[in-house]
Formats: sequence, C-alpha cells, structure tokens
Amino acid sequence: MTGTWPLVRLALRRDRVLLPAWIIGLSLMVASSVAATRDLYPTQESLTSAAETINATAALVALYGKVYDPTSLGAISLIKLTAFGAAIVGIVFIFIVIRHTRAEEESGRLELVGAGAVGRAAPLTAALIVSMGASLALGVLTALGIGAVGLAWSGAFAFGVSWALAGIVFSAIAAVAAQVMTSARAAIGVGVAAVGAAYALRAVGDLGAADPGWLSWLSPVGWSQQIRPFAGDRWSIALLPIVATAVLVPIAYSLRARRDLGSGLVPERAGPAQGAIGGVMGLAWRLQRGLFIAWALGSALMGMVLGSVAHTIAGLLNSPQMAAFFEALGGSQGLTTMFLAAEIGILGSLVGAYAIAAASRLRSEETAGHVELLLSTPASRLRWATSHLVFACVGSAIIILITGTAIGFAHGLAIGDVGGQVPRLFAASAGQIPAALVIAGIVMLLFGVAPRLVVGAWGLLVAFIVVGEFGSLWQLPQWVLDLSPFAHSPRLPGGDVELGQLALLTGIAAVLLAVGLATWRRRDLRP
Amino acid sequence: MNSESSDLVIDVRGLVKNFGHTQVLKGLDLQVMRGEVHAFLGPNGAGKTTTLRLLLGLLRSDGGSMSVLGLDPWSQAADLHRRLAYVPGDVALWPGLSGGEVIDLLGRLHGGIDPARRTELLERFELDPTKKARTYSKGNRQKVALVAALATDAELYLLDEPTAGLDPLMEAQFKECVEQLRDDGRSVLLSSHILSEAEVLSDRVSIIRDGSVVETGTLAQLRHLTRTTMSATVARPPEGVETLTGVYEAKLDGDRFTAQVDAHGVAPLLAALSSAGATALVSHPPTLEQLFLSHYSETGGAP
Repeated sequence: MTGTWPLVRLALRRDRVLLPAWIIGLSLMVASSVAATRDLYPTQESLTSAAETINATAALVALYGKVYDPTSLGAISLIKLTAFGAAIVGIVFIFIVIRHTRAEEESGRLELVGAGAVGRAAPLTAALIVSMGASLALGVLTALGIGAVGLAWSGAFAFGVSWALAGIVFSAIAAVAAQVMTSARAAIGVGVAAVGAAYALRAVGDLGAADPGWLSWLSPVGWSQQIRPFAGDRWSIALLPIVATAVLVPIAYSLRARRDLGSGLVPERAGPAQGAIGGVMGLAWRLQRGLFIAWALGSALMGMVLGSVAHTIAGLLNSPQMAAFFEALGGSQGLTTMFLAAEIGILGSLVGAYAIAAASRLRSEETAGHVELLLSTPASRLRWATSHLVFACVGSAIIILITGTAIGFAHGLAIGDVGGQVPRLFAASAGQIPAALVIAGIVMLLFGVAPRLVVGAWGLLVAFIVVGEFGSLWQLPQWVLDLSPFAHSPRLPGGDVELGQLALLTGIAAVLLAVGLATWRRRDLRP
Repeated sequence: MNSESSDLVIDVRGLVKNFGHTQVLKGLDLQVMRGEVHAFLGPNGAGKTTTLRLLLGLLRSDGGSMSVLGLDPWSQAADLHRRLAYVPGDVALWPGLSGGEVIDLLGRLHGGIDPARRTELLERFELDPTKKARTYSKGNRQKVALVAALATDAELYLLDEPTAGLDPLMEAQFKECVEQLRDDGRSVLLSSHILSEAEVLSDRVSIIRDGSVVETGTLAQLRHLTRTTMSATVARPPEGVETLTGVYEAKLDGDRFTAQVDAHGVAPLLAALSSAGATALVSHPPTLEQLFLSHYSETGGAP
C-alpha cells in the first residue's frame, strides 16, 4: 500500500474540476427536480393520480421503475432519478476508476509512477479511495439538497445512500474490468455494458408480476431502487451492494496480484506476420469493429427484450380507472404503440453515445500519435477522417435499424405478426437516424475547430438527454428544449412524420460534417 | 511543379512557425542536395521535429518558403508523400496490430513494398513481426517504422532521431542501410543529437539552435571552427608554448604533452615540439561533439 496517498492526491489534482463538477451537478439536478415536482402537484390528489399513471404505464415503469408509495411527494419527485440516476452515477464512476487505473497503465504513465516507492496495488487502492469517497460525497450532498428543499431527512438520506452505493458498487465492477481488459477503451466498454445490463434487468424485473420480479434483484441498479426512498426507506437492502462490493474488490486485488503491469488476464496472442489491412478504410474497420459489433449485438438484444414485453403493457394496468382512461385514448393497441415509440426514442438517443465513441476515435488517433505515421504516407487527411466518420454515421444508422428490426421481430413474434411488425418498426426507427448524424457532426466540428474539446461532446449528449427528460418538468423555455436534436426526431410508430424536421436535422448534420472536415484539412496536427 | 533537374531535394528559406505566442522556428534555412545524407543536428527542443513535420505538411508554416522534391508540402502533401518515407521520432503504433500488419499497411499506403526487401530488413533488424505492437519495446517500435520506411522505394527519407531506441548492434545495421541508400542515389535527412552517428553517416551537416540553422557545411568545412587536439611524448619540456598564439590549454604531465591548437598555431607548435625532442606525435581532428559544443557554449559561439 506504500505510495497510496501521493497517488490519491495526484488523482484529486487531476480531477479537481471534473469530480466536483459531476458531484455538484448531479446533486443540484436532484434538488431542482424535487423542488419543481412540488410545484407541479399542489394537491395530494393530483400527486396520487400522477403516481398511479406512472405505475400504470409500462413504458414509464420500464424506464424509471414504480412509485412504491403513490402518496409520497419524495417518491414521485425522484422517480426519474432513482433507476435512471443510479445508472448515470454508475457510468460516471466507471469512467473515473478506469481513468485512474487501466488508462494510466495503458498510457505508460503508471510505469513512471510505479518505479517510485509505490506498492503494486497502490494505484488500484488510490482509484477506489477517490471514487468511493466521491460516491459518499455525492450521496451526502444529494441528501442535503433534498432535505434543504424541505422533504423528510430520512428519505433524503435513503436516496443519498442509494446513489452512493450505486457509485461504490459500479466502482468495484470497474476495478475488476480494469484488471481483465488490456485497454481502457475495452474496460470502459465492459463497465458501461454492465450498467446497461443492470438497467435492462431491472426494467424487465419491474414489469414482472411480482413486486419486483426476481430479475430486479440481480441488478445493482435494482438494489438502489429497492431501497425505496420516501416509500419505506428500506435500509436493509443497502446490504446487497455492500456485500457485492466486498466480494468484487478482493477479486480485483487478486487479479492485480496475478498479472504484470500493462497486461490483462488473457496473455497477448501473436498476430499475423503478414498484414491484410488494405488501406485507411481497412484500418478504420479494424479499429472500429469491436465497438460496432458490441453495439450492434447489444442493441439487437435490448430490442428483443423490449419488443417481447411490449404487448403485455395493457395487462399491466393495475387500476380499472386507468385502463378505462387509456382505453379512451386509443385502447390497448394505442398504449402498446406509445410504449414502442418511447423505447425507440430512448434507444435512438443512446445510439448518440455510439456516434460519439466512433467519431472520437479521430481525436484519440491523433493524440496517440498514430495519425502522424499514417499521414506521412500518400493517404490524405480527408480520406482518413472519412474512414472513421463512416462508422459514426453509417454505423449509427445500421445500429438504429437493427434495434428497430429486433423490436419489430420480438413484438411480431409475440403477437403473431412478424411480417407486419418488422417493416413497421424498421421504418419507425429510421426516424431516429438524422439526430444521430447531428451528434456525429458535432464531434467532427469540434475535431476540426477545437480538437481538445472533442470530449465535451459527451457532456452535450448528457445535456440533450437530461433536457429531454427533465426540461418540461423544470419549465425550461421551448427554445432550450429545441436545442436537442432528439427533440426533433419523430415519435414513431404512431406519431406524425414531419419531413421538414428530418430534412433540417440532416442538413444541419451535413453542414457540421462539412465544416469540421474543411477545418481539419487546414489545421496543424495537434497530438 | 517539375524541378526534377534541381539539385535540391529540400529547399527551405526563412521558415517561421509559431505555437501560440512561442516562436519555435525563427527563419530557418535548410538545403538538402540530391543524393546526400544530410544530418540535422541540435539539442532537444531546438525545433528539429517541428521542421520535419512542416516538411511533411503535418503542420502549416507561418512564414518563409518550403519546397520538398519540388512540391509544396502543405498543398501537395499526398503527391509528395508518394515519393518520400518518414520515421517519426516517437513511434506510436496501434497496440492491437502486429508489427507485420503495420509494416504491410504502411507499405500498401505507399503503393506496395518489395517482399524480398521486407524479409531482408526484418532479418537484419531481428524483428519478430508477429508480436502485437502493445508488447514491443521502444526500440522494437522504432524498428517497425524503420523497416516500413526502408522497404519503401522513395527518393527522400526523413528520419527523426532514428537510432534513439536502438542498441549498438542495430545502430550498426542502420548505418549500413543508410549507406546503401546513399549508394543508390537516394537523399536522406537525418535528425539527431547523437553526434557520432552524424559524423559517421553524413555528407553534410546543418546545426540548428533555438529555431534557426546556425551553421551548414561538410564536416571538413565546419572543422575550421574548432581546435585540433595534439599530444606528444617529449624528451624535455617544450619552451615558450604558453606564449604561442593559437595554442591553448598546454599541459605537461611527465613526458606527455597535450594542447589544443587553432589552425594558425599548428606550425609554431610543431616547431616547438620538434626542438623539445618529440618522439611520438598524435593529433585528433575535432569531433562533432566539440564542434557542437562550440556552437552551444555562449562564449565559444560560431565566429
């Protein structure tokens, strides 16, 4: 453990902006949501009926979970932040842990540090201290925020604990992923996939007949939810993530003890002596294929899961009044359509994350110094940039269409109409493509104009999604809501297709890409 | 466009490059003639790598003129790159690709490499092409870039501190390769701060200091700048050498006499030594190290 404290200080120094920004931003988001919800439902009746509507709408249950106490202001005001929020917290802390472990190791900087008076496990310990400490700080600050707005302290701290534990358990998962994978990119991929799986497991579990189904108990996101802040404050559930962390952290340490610096668990295999990579495009495929295939498979799986539960939505209406209400809105079929449109919308904005990851490869290839070698050959700047943009643009489109097809296939299978549902949902998902292109265009523009800010595209994506989720609750002006490209995607199936909006999005994407490419051709290489 | 007849493969005049408010190149001049091995010498941070990146069109100049193989590196980069090969100073490879894959990729981008030449170079540099780049040492990464560049049929080779990570055995192999290139009539610009390497390899030398070239010439031309070291075994102490002009640091240690001497001090010193009954005489021409130091010591700067 020698040298842990200097490493903790180093990590805090490197994250002196990032960490406070996340912690303060997330806790402010919680406090402002609670405050806004209180103004939204002035009477107990309006509150209860809103909670019952959420519980009766499968699309919302799948996204956010149930309101376990429909009479509780705290429970309903935090509904969007319980499962969804725990997933965001999980992703943030996975990034932080990998940033200080595998990423440092991969860059070779840890070698420099490791040659000093630093124990072998010290970097891992330091990363866990920083990220778990930050998780606790986030929990406390969040609880203080909720309490300060005027809700019960017990519930406030139950919610704080649910977030803190989400941060802690996903830090432990990231610690294991950092030992197994040799690249930071792959380790983050594994961690984010774990968050996605945890989120999907509880979505299916929450839709089950039991309260909740057993799948929710397998999910760290589900655990955070089942603490049920403001709806029982079940503190004993907190044991589950604590036990999981107590199991995962020793695993990470024993894996670290068994491997060399820089290596993963799987020994490096020899590669081919002769190369078959034909050119810049072949290289891009080689570098991008892992990400693309993982996303394609993940989206297909997610689409199948969501598609297979869509038809059960109507049966989940647990109050007869609600059922009658929705029947009036267009019947159970209308409800299913609403659910499908909501899922396609959410999955569509998630593909924005793929678009950023794929397009950001431009910048990481530049900072790694690979571009210098490549561009000293006759390969042109334009061709090289295009080779990665193809993945960000065409790749995103393919992933979106795969999602739609998978939803259509599973839903069609369930209701015995594969031939009808596959083309219907394929077409519906196509409406999400232009917004994803805009996201890719934003990355390209940043890469051309301000390459150091490329990473800021992630912040923009989070902002777009958060504004989409909470913007109307916070009563933000319409023009702010309209800043998000996802706000202009059609709600399909069921909604109207506004070709003008789609053409506008596509046009904006084309301009962003063109300006980005033009500036990239004219700027210095900035490793 | 067509300057095939020109004797200059690189013609740089008054090159200026700024990074923000820092001026990295301050009116740099550099001429490399066709068929020569030209060493580009300077300490870390003098602007060698920046110059090479400008010559490749990876950076854009802020002033002055540049012509490489008769082309403008910025606007005609792809055409230019077809005819040159480059080894970066800090070779970064894709961690998941094997050395063989990288060599073949770069070769294909250059329009194909000669497989026999590739095999010969792999053997010469004792490089295992099946290893993933992630597992290569710095020296081995450099070898990958060297093999890729040397296997390319180019008119001009730009090598940025190519031997920095190589062991002495591999350095010797590298020297042979450069001599081969010269024999084939190729041009080489080789940046280095390893002076002995430049001394052995290069036909001409340009010394860069703080963003501009302070001296260019053949080693013979540059040697006038510094003093020859003379040492002799003498029967008795030579008389009056301390007062001779052009003779410095004269020392007598037993029967062994050493001194530094300027060109015009050689004849008087020889006379003094001969009257002191010299039985053995050794004179060393200045090494590049001394040459280099004379440019970098503030007092003994270039005359």
